[in-house]
Amino acid sequence: MKKKAISKNKLYSLIALLFVIGILGMLQANSAQYSYQISILERSAIYAVVAVSMNLLTGFTGLFSLGQAGFMAIGAYTVAILTIPADTRASVYYVDGIAPAIANLQCPFWLALILAGLFSAAIAAIIGIPVLRLKSDYLAIATLGFSEIIRAVISAPQLNKITNGSYGLKNIPAFPNLFVAFGLCGLCILLMVLLINSSYGRAFKALREDEVAAQAMGLNLFRYKELAFVISSFFTGVGGGLLAIYMRSIDSKTFSINLTYDILLIVVLGGIGSVTGSVIGAFLVTAGREWLRFFDNPLTIGGIDIPLFRSGFRMVIFSILLMAVVLFYRRGIMGSNEFSWEGLGRLIRSIPNKLKRKSKTQKGDNA
Amino acid sequence: MSAEAKTPINVLHMEDVTMQFGGVVAVNGLSLDVNEGEIVALIGPNGAGKTTAFNCVTGIYEPTFGKVDFMGETILSNTPKGKAEKTYLGEVTPRPIPVIRNTPDKITQKGVARTFQNIRLFGQLTVFDNVLIAKHMRAKQNVLSATLRFNHKEEERMRSEAMALLEEQNLLHLKDEIAASLPYGLQRRLEIARALATEPKLLLLDEPAAGMNPQETQELTDFIKQIRDTYHLTVFMIEHHMDLVMQISDRIYVLDFGKLIAQGTPEEIQNNERVIEAYLGVSDDAED
Repeated sequence: MKKKAISKNKLYSLIALLFVIGILGMLQANSAQYSYQISILERSAIYAVVAVSMNLLTGFTGLFSLGQAGFMAIGAYTVAILTIPADTRASVYYVDGIAPAIANLQCPFWLALILAGLFSAAIAAIIGIPVLRLKSDYLAIATLGFSEIIRAVISAPQLNKITNGSYGLKNIPAFPNLFVAFGLCGLCILLMVLLINSSYGRAFKALREDEVAAQAMGLNLFRYKELAFVISSFFTGVGGGLLAIYMRSIDSKTFSINLTYDILLIVVLGGIGSVTGSVIGAFLVTAGREWLRFFDNPLTIGGIDIPLFRSGFRMVIFSILLMAVVLFYRRGIMGSNEFSWEGLGRLIRSIPNKLKRKSKTQKGDNA
Repeated sequence: MSAEAKTPINVLHMEDVTMQFGGVVAVNGLSLDVNEGEIVALIGPNGAGKTTAFNCVTGIYEPTFGKVDFMGETILSNTPKGKAEKTYLGEVTPRPIPVIRNTPDKITQKGVARTFQNIRLFGQLTVFDNVLIAKHMRAKQNVLSATLRFNHKEEERMRSEAMALLEEQNLLHLKDEIAASLPYGLQRRLEIARALATEPKLLLLDEPAAGMNPQETQELTDFIKQIRDTYHLTVFMIEHHMDLVMQISDRIYVLDFGKLIAQGTPEEIQNNERVIEAYLGVSDDAED
């Protein structure tokens, strides 16, 4: 019985995967027509990678870090410096010229992405030594500080010849096609899921649940915290690199604290401790902002101008929606659960008596 | 049930262990020995420093002074130095001892497992995962091989060992339950099972019978003897239930205000005037 259910689920997953590939193929074929939709989807997928990497740290290891933007910046600049075509570099570094050491340094984008991940992991390993001695809010503040330091260093005029300082970098080659962009994002998320479900993932969860008990199980606190921090930063760096390829031109303002808040929003909205929650959250938040553009345009009904509809109003609506979601789903859309076909089936069947179920789960939460 | 007649192997040896928090001396010059295969109890009124003594053995605290040997190897030793010396209230022995520190995880790896007074399970994880985590440290693998599933055999071994352990402890039918949702008695049992999963030589039990009724306490008594024999363990425990302590212990140490006031067999302890005094002086209920 059970085996049958598993193969049925595999079939569903396969159909869903083919469906997604089909849609991607359709978008790719008509990429000129759907460029707006494609750009939203790509940004969502990249944010999903970073959100899952943040969730790996916050949701699964219990380390609340706010350094995402900093590690994304390291990844993005690494990819940019390594992939900008050598012949156009003179026009990119038009202010102070380019440092001779990196003038002819160029490699394919996949290698650049791996190096981006490794470089930000290395920085994370160094930062982690002092910072991971701190707990909860203090860790968040310290990582936030480091993130801003990284940004300040990148935009420093002394580094003009490497990072082009505050002028930013442009002419980064784009993704060859949609499948590469989505494939890379999917691969990163898959690797993180495999890690979370491995023996090391269990050790991370043990750390989150009870540090003293985890030590009593022979897990070295510092070693495992550092490991989680480095791995998470690796994928954050890759995510930053993907963002650079997606945006094609970057500057240090892109990686301000607001970017970290966006990612944090996605993680909290999707559910702390749920990978699928983060992915769903990434698409909802990124796409939601665009769908609500409707509110930015002046609206006239029956000759009367509705006064609130003007530029910026969508962010008000967006914030109200966010508050509503947080009020009704206190633990995020997915809580700490993962998506499953059985869960979806249950959800669909339970819609008629949803109110009953809700009172039950609330009781369960209190217990 | 008594200690072996031939020269017993010393499992745990504590020498002059002192733990001082500011001006409070929680444990004062505690020296004791636990030999292989024994069940030894550490008793004393509330606040006598029993749990602090345990924390000094498992490395959660670094003793202010004294040393702890496990299987003949010094795992912790300290001597008051510098600033600590000025505030140190005890007597400094003239012979200098080297400072040896070990983090709790290293001590667990050497073969000391423990349970906690207020249960510390991985609450939101399943019963099975709780035991599986204890198997992690002895598995031969690294992050990369575990992520890419090259450690397939090792993972299988961990799982089958954890399953076998759960079966032996009669917890197998609960393996997919969330640990925090188990009733209290089963949580205690799971915590012991999890400690056994680290493959210890010495098991430290911190009030295993706390909150149990007489019948459950009797079951626990048999259970402790049974795991001692099945897993060839040495058991060192803190307990308040005198029925349990008197029935099961080979030897008893009595702690009061951080100092050892008596030691001996259960009969000797029952008739020791200082012990009776210490208990009556603090509380009129010897079982609490």
